[in-house]
Amino acid sequence: MAARPKLKSVPLMRCPDRRPRSASRWLAAAALLLLSLPAAMPLRADEAAPPADWGDRLKACAACHGDEGRTVGDDYYPSIAGKPARYLYNQLVSFRDGRRQHRVMASMLGVLSDRYLGEIATWYAAQPHAKQPAFEGATAGQLAIGERLTVAGDSSRNIPPCQDCHGERLTGVQPSIPGLRGLPSRYLDAQISAWKQGQRQAAAPDCMGRIARSLTAAEITAISAWLASQPYPADAQPAGRLPHDELPIDCGGVLP
Amino acid sequence: MNLRRFVVMGGAVFCAFLFSVWLNRPDLDLDPIAPPNLASATTEQVRAGEYLVRVGNCAGCHTARGGVPFAGGRPIETPFGAVYSSNLTPHDDTGLGRWTDAEFYRAMRHGRSKDDRWLSPVFPYTSYTNLTRADSDAIFAWLRALPPVNQAQPESTLRSPYELQLATRVWRALYFKPASDAAIAAMDRGQYLVEGLGHCAACHTPRDRFGGPVAASAYMGGEIAGLGWDALPLAGIDDAGDPEGLELAALLKTGIHSRGAVAGPMAEVVFNSLQHLRDDDIAAIVSYLRRLPKAEAPAAPRVPRVSDDERAALRKRGAVVYGEHCADCHGDDGEGQPRQYPALAGSRLVTAASATNALRLTLDGGFPPSTDGNPYPYGMPPFSHSLSRPDLAAVLTYIRSEWGNDAPAVSVVEVERR
Repeated sequence: MAARPKLKSVPLMRCPDRRPRSASRWLAAAALLLLSLPAAMPLRADEAAPPADWGDRLKACAACHGDEGRTVGDDYYPSIAGKPARYLYNQLVSFRDGRRQHRVMASMLGVLSDRYLGEIATWYAAQPHAKQPAFEGATAGQLAIGERLTVAGDSSRNIPPCQDCHGERLTGVQPSIPGLRGLPSRYLDAQISAWKQGQRQAAAPDCMGRIARSLTAAEITAISAWLASQPYPADAQPAGRLPHDELPIDCGGVLP
Repeated sequence: MNLRRFVVMGGAVFCAFLFSVWLNRPDLDLDPIAPPNLASATTEQVRAGEYLVRVGNCAGCHTARGGVPFAGGRPIETPFGAVYSSNLTPHDDTGLGRWTDAEFYRAMRHGRSKDDRWLSPVFPYTSYTNLTRADSDAIFAWLRALPPVNQAQPESTLRSPYELQLATRVWRALYFKPASDAAIAAMDRGQYLVEGLGHCAACHTPRDRFGGPVAASAYMGGEIAGLGWDALPLAGIDDAGDPEGLELAALLKTGIHSRGAVAGPMAEVVFNSLQHLRDDDIAAIVSYLRRLPKAEAPAAPRVPRVSDDERAALRKRGAVVYGEHCADCHGDDGEGQPRQYPALAGSRLVTAASATNALRLTLDGGFPPSTDGNPYPYGMPPFSHSLSRPDLAAVLTYIRSEWGNDAPAVSVVEVERR
């Protein structure tokens, strides 16, 4: 049988363990984990032999996201190949349940089981990344603003640097934080703007919503332009851990 | 002069009297609230209720997208405005917390709320009137066991005069007659499920301009107002290729059969409801559906006329588009792949009088439902951004008239109206 990545091999986000923790803290963490179980990715029952022809089953996705989830160029639709599995799963559930708005995505996903969505996420996460050309339409002013906000954040507005969550190379962090490289600037702009307008949400507390609301429209465009202008890294794999081992901000879409 | 005025006034009063008699007629002997069942619910009742709630697909309307199950708040679009589904959890103020099983039974059987309001017929009590008291009590017992959720639903956006209780009363007098206990007792299991909880008629019997079911066209399908999909006919199905009804049973239980799959709103019905039904209930439903007599076809939708020359040009272009975009999956002869890609030759969906479903599916794509029998279905890609409107019209005209299919052409204007 063809080698398939097992969902079980996706590690859960490592708990920050720089501080000693008391037993009650662990209990609280366990309770939190239990509470978040309905949102957890379903594991495949061992007895069911998984199909191997995902490319055929998922032609519906390829129409916009490309074969094996790779889109190239500055089209709107993002590449999904190689993104963290848990992130992809969260997005599928969000489209289905209305936290993200896209009519066609919602109507496609409304009749698919959590287990199928988990398999879809796992398969796309295992596909090789697209090699994206850098975006060339950014102005010098946009690049300056975008770089400053992305790399340094703005502590006066409580905006952390992007890499604190999205990984040192901005290629994402396993298992649930997406990379920001290799995405069309139009797509990035539309997503951060949607967060600002409340049209895109993540599980509460919605950290990206809070950050997006404290950015201006021009800043969002500048950040998107700067991110899309960066040369695509040879190794775009998501990082295994956060740069500082813990998030600078509370995020409901990310397991503690 | 005075006599004339007296006659006119008297006539008006008499007419008003006749109107009120007519208005109040249908519910006369069935309206009083039955005595409540004071015994507390048994475990068997709750378990039976859970199954019946699946059969009725209550969650389909009473759960908002991404919302708490059964807490209501989902907008149900109608040509007269949107009605928001009610909260079925046992919350005292916003749900069924203060209801008795008898009041619940009256709502199901007679479409009347605890506070005597006439319920909007968006709630399909025209079907639920066929429910037995035992089943109603079981459903109520299961709903009572849910955690109460404090969620009031928004006011409906029905346009005047449809929001008036009087309008609902007139509608009921025209279209609703509560079922008698004797009529319910005479039903076999299949009829009871189809005509009752299954409320298949809600979509599969066409409606007139006031949203009333067209009795002469019972189960003959037609446009589902507010959804942008058509329901296929259930009555008079040609089952030459399915003598035992096994294909139809597979379609209802798993979402696919050897030649096709459910799509659109019916995919949701299979996903949320039918896949959970026992095999004997599926068989009973199939048996009843196969007995439904063919009735008057609903009025065909008005579409722009296509001349013979235009049709020939559409077919010619359609053959090219089909070869480039469709044949890989659906086959050179529209034969499809069993249990993977639906056959288009002989497909009821493709050859329906209206091209609505075929167009919708080609534009938006979609998956059949994930079910135990088909957990990882093959999906249809959306073509809304990759095929031009003329090419969509061409390929639809082609598949509707090739391989023995014989359905009207689809004009570019019809596609552009979407």
